[in-house]
Amino acid sequence: MHRKEESGETGVPWRPRIVAFFCNWCTYTAADLAGVSRMKYAPNTRIIRVMCSGRIDPQFVLDAFTEGADGVLIGGCHPGDCHYSEGNYKALRRYHLLRRVLTGMGIDERRFRLEWISASEGDKVKQVINEMVEQLQQLGPLDLPTERMRLDSELEEMRPRRSVIDISEELKEAAHV
Amino acid sequence: MSEKPKIGLYWCASCGGCEESVVDLAEDILGVVEAVDIVFWPVAMDFKRADVEAMEDGSITATLINGAVRTSEQEEMVRLLRRKSAVVIAYGSCAHLGGIPGLANQFDREQILRYVYEEAPTVSNEAGTRPSTEHRFNGDRATLPSFHHAVRALDQVIDVDYYIPGCAPTPKLLKQAVEALLTGALPPKGSVIAPDIALCEECPRKDSKPEDLHIERFHRPHAVMADPDTCLLAQGIVCMGPATRGGCEALCIKGNMPCTGCFGPTSRVRDQGAKILSSVAASIDAEEEADIIATLETIPDPIGTFYRYGLPGSFLRKSLSQSS
Amino acid sequence: MKGNGEIRIGFYICHCGSNIAGVIDVERVAEYAGTLPGVVVSRDYKYMCSDPGQDLLRQDIAEHRLNRIVVASCSPLLHEQTFRRAAEAGGINPYFVQMVNIREHGTWVHDDAEYMTGKAMDLARAAALRVYAHQPLERKQVPIKPDVLVVGGGIAGIHAALTMADAGKHVYLVEREPTIGGHMAQFDKTFPTLDCAACILTPKMTAVRAHPNITLWTWSEVEKVDGFIGNYTVTVKRKARYVDEDLCVGCMECIEACVYKRGKFDDEFNVGLSKRKPVYIPFPQAVPPVPVIDAGNCLHLSKGKCKDTCVEICGDRKAINFEIEPEYQEIEVGAVVLATGFQPFDATRIPYYGYGKYPNVYTALELERLVNASGPTGGTVRLPDGRTPERVAIVHCVGSRDEHYNRWCSRVCCMYSLKLAHLVKEKTGAEVFNFYIDMRAPGKSMEEFYNRVSTEGVHLVRGRVADVYAEQTDEKKTNGQIGRVVIQAEDTLIGRIRKIPVDMLILSTGLQPQHDSEDIRRMFNISCSAGGFFLERHPKLAPVNTFTDGIFLAGTCQGPKDIPDTVAQAGAAASEALALIDRGVFELEPNTAYVLEEECSGCKSCIPLCPYTAIAFEEEKKKAEINEALCKGCGTCVASCPSGSIRQHLFEDEEIYREIHGLLAYA
Repeated sequence: MHRKEESGETGVPWRPRIVAFFCNWCTYTAADLAGVSRMKYAPNTRIIRVMCSGRIDPQFVLDAFTEGADGVLIGGCHPGDCHYSEGNYKALRRYHLLRRVLTGMGIDERRFRLEWISASEGDKVKQVINEMVEQLQQLGPLDLPTERMRLDSELEEMRPRRSVIDISEELKEAAHV
Repeated sequence: MSEKPKIGLYWCASCGGCEESVVDLAEDILGVVEAVDIVFWPVAMDFKRADVEAMEDGSITATLINGAVRTSEQEEMVRLLRRKSAVVIAYGSCAHLGGIPGLANQFDREQILRYVYEEAPTVSNEAGTRPSTEHRFNGDRATLPSFHHAVRALDQVIDVDYYIPGCAPTPKLLKQAVEALLTGALPPKGSVIAPDIALCEECPRKDSKPEDLHIERFHRPHAVMADPDTCLLAQGIVCMGPATRGGCEALCIKGNMPCTGCFGPTSRVRDQGAKILSSVAASIDAEEEADIIATLETIPDPIGTFYRYGLPGSFLRKSLSQSS
Repeated sequence: MKGNGEIRIGFYICHCGSNIAGVIDVERVAEYAGTLPGVVVSRDYKYMCSDPGQDLLRQDIAEHRLNRIVVASCSPLLHEQTFRRAAEAGGINPYFVQMVNIREHGTWVHDDAEYMTGKAMDLARAAALRVYAHQPLERKQVPIKPDVLVVGGGIAGIHAALTMADAGKHVYLVEREPTIGGHMAQFDKTFPTLDCAACILTPKMTAVRAHPNITLWTWSEVEKVDGFIGNYTVTVKRKARYVDEDLCVGCMECIEACVYKRGKFDDEFNVGLSKRKPVYIPFPQAVPPVPVIDAGNCLHLSKGKCKDTCVEICGDRKAINFEIEPEYQEIEVGAVVLATGFQPFDATRIPYYGYGKYPNVYTALELERLVNASGPTGGTVRLPDGRTPERVAIVHCVGSRDEHYNRWCSRVCCMYSLKLAHLVKEKTGAEVFNFYIDMRAPGKSMEEFYNRVSTEGVHLVRGRVADVYAEQTDEKKTNGQIGRVVIQAEDTLIGRIRKIPVDMLILSTGLQPQHDSEDIRRMFNISCSAGGFFLERHPKLAPVNTFTDGIFLAGTCQGPKDIPDTVAQAGAAASEALALIDRGVFELEPNTAYVLEEECSGCKSCIPLCPYTAIAFEEEKKKAEINEALCKGCGTCVASCPSGSIRQHLFEDEEIYREIHGLLAYA
């Protein structure tokens, strides 16, 4: 089952997909505010709510890219405003180091973004997402899953992907129901 | 005599250190040799590929393969050994995680070949000759294995039953594994045969690590005289110990060198580099963005530092051809 | 899922009238969700949050033996609790619920129907995969200690303390100055009623001292705060006063007897307009009525050489004691009201107003003291040369509404400037010019007050002052008098530059956070809004709460406000604190972090990362240990644990990975 059929995008030209990790107190709330204010913006983001940007394990970012995200966006409270006092500083430090790893591995740094968006900045949610979608449109698909498949096609026999969690069985099971 | 378990040993892309570590069993090796039949060990004994091909499938009790898989020959051999062996053990960091050769995954095959055969300062190759997989001369045909686009850990090519970590594995771990094999007291398939707890647990400097570590800047190990009794992280030297399986008895630390992560992550971590990166970055003593960037710049090579052994097995595996 | 038994998920997509169903094909999404792993019931429904919607959940839980619920509707911040309660009512653990936000993050912001239907499927899949791994969780209850701490003894702190003490709670009131009263004690009359500040404040100050339920610690500061809601351990430093509060009878004879015959040092209470001795009382009605000795200037304490006339006069009372050391008191409280107030904008920061350069330029607070009958001039408004001013200018918005200084409106300056205009005119008969940007007079009786003052002949000039400079005068004519200053401003109502020479200029400085508000913020682990005032939990619905449970805000530490609003807010903060304490227990969210003890290597990486000191290093086991009651569930340590040995309830790595994989669904 390929992801494009899955998400109802069959036949539709490629549109970038962003996985966004938003902190509960600021950026997630800001995205709610954008909704309440009926601000229209690009729909390409899938938001994962975490309590604090400090919870964002760099592994999550890498996993999202590995699983096919074209971009990853981290949203947290402004410096000094973190609900948990300083989780956002930890996020910022990790971001800068991880950014260097990503670019070192050939992933354009515009695909990975961190923004401070306070609960009152619904308009910034709109602006940041629109901007990022536009940049990703220009960069084109990242599509690491296909890239990895292409790479492994040099092997005599391809191995199943080594994934951090295995949901293939569950999905297969469900397909039988 | 024929009741003795059959053991195979093979090497792929590796330095040979793993083979050395088998010899490092010293007098214990005699006991091992006594207890098993070594049926394939190209480094030490004269076996041919044809000998392996002639064996029945699954007839080798266990094969220890060290080294990463980089070439078509290595791929072919490990597939053959997989078929012939009941148990395949990835032996050492390269087979386990991709290892040092895996750092080549930062580059494309073309970049590597170009540098090695043309650009390296010690190379003189005006014709720009490159090795080719096939060469015909006077009606004869010589072949070379092809060079894959990426370095792979063993389990990215074949099924692996167990992993013995380390660059190289310690004799003690090997002995434990051999004993487990001989007694049949094997852990669940897929296990890494080493403690599933990070190195700090057994580190002699554990007590010297402060509870309020804030790293002001990082130092590369060669650039400072590290105090031999204090936690290296506390001295600003990146030590992978907190993110690395124990079991090595802190050999590097005892040599006043930081852990570089050769035992790989614990079972609870998917990407060792990402995890130590997360912890190390969070622990720096900088708040302003510019200071954060500057402090982190004191780690000049984050991939080489955090993914020294783990790049092929990591989430990202291999760099993308161009920035994309 | 191992150990979780058979997973039976109910999936519900809400139409929300046409809010969602108007864009997303909800039937298609429901049909798709029905094919997801573990989903045994999948429905779309008009209003999931309605009573029938919740009933539907409960019925399905019973009928289909559901043990996980996914609701695709609005934001979890709105209805997560609703559906958790419904699940609980249906007999399953409330944390077996996962919401999908397809309204605020969906149909309200995107209107491509086809795309949004597909995206809703992505999100549904992610939630179903996530909830599959959810574990049952329990809310822990913590008891609340009955005592309360109020920090700051201005009118806000005083009012909050009295309210809670009257309700029978024991209140610790900590004030860093030698007396309570705060800024209000320095004011003369208060707008819009023009009643005297002291007349309404001092009875409340004495009530504080007399109240059996209030422990009043002046000349004291909070040093350290540990703990969490209901269980704060606070260390208060009681600075050395050198006059024993228990022994002093308040006769003030020591001040009289001091070897300094006259005041020599700047009197803080009179903002430096008068001098005090090293032993002093800020003002006659100070509470407690106990002098304090300024160690830096007292001869005995600074030089070790003095005739100690104060000790001599105190005699057998033995209240004066130079041996007193600072004392540290540790108290345990269930709640804290922060009422740490403001500081006035420093007028020297705007050089062109000439404050500090021309002797006849004053700040509003200085004027408050000058017009006050107990002030340094006994209430007569005089220039430094003794003359009564004939023309006076008052400049509004000094440091406020100015992007170079403070952007905010300080809210009280328009009204107090009018009040000062009225008082100056009343006391001196001078011609008064008020320069304002906009006249802001909201609130009860304020517009009326503005009308009153404007009909009293005060010149209201609408224009921002651009410059203040000394008037060029003939040397001989000045005759030792202080020269006038010229106020230059564009009068925007008549569209002309005006240059008005005045004898006295008053700068209506705005309100800004205390200089150490950042330290207070950190100590109490609360947030600040832009500008540095303390951040309330919700600007409308939780204006006295903070994001840290058990810490409440009162008065100008939260933002500029006048006395009526300060008192109202102090009352609100007091009642919130009372409600908490009377409840007796507080329920903690279960999303705390926990250490896998066997697996922890004791690397200590997590310990400095916790802002709540919830992680301790257990010396015996050499492992990290998390105090669940202290953990607020941010997950920073979880993301950092290099060996993956810290986990977080409700935000388990596995749950998040499943969400990521579900979203991207590359199988």
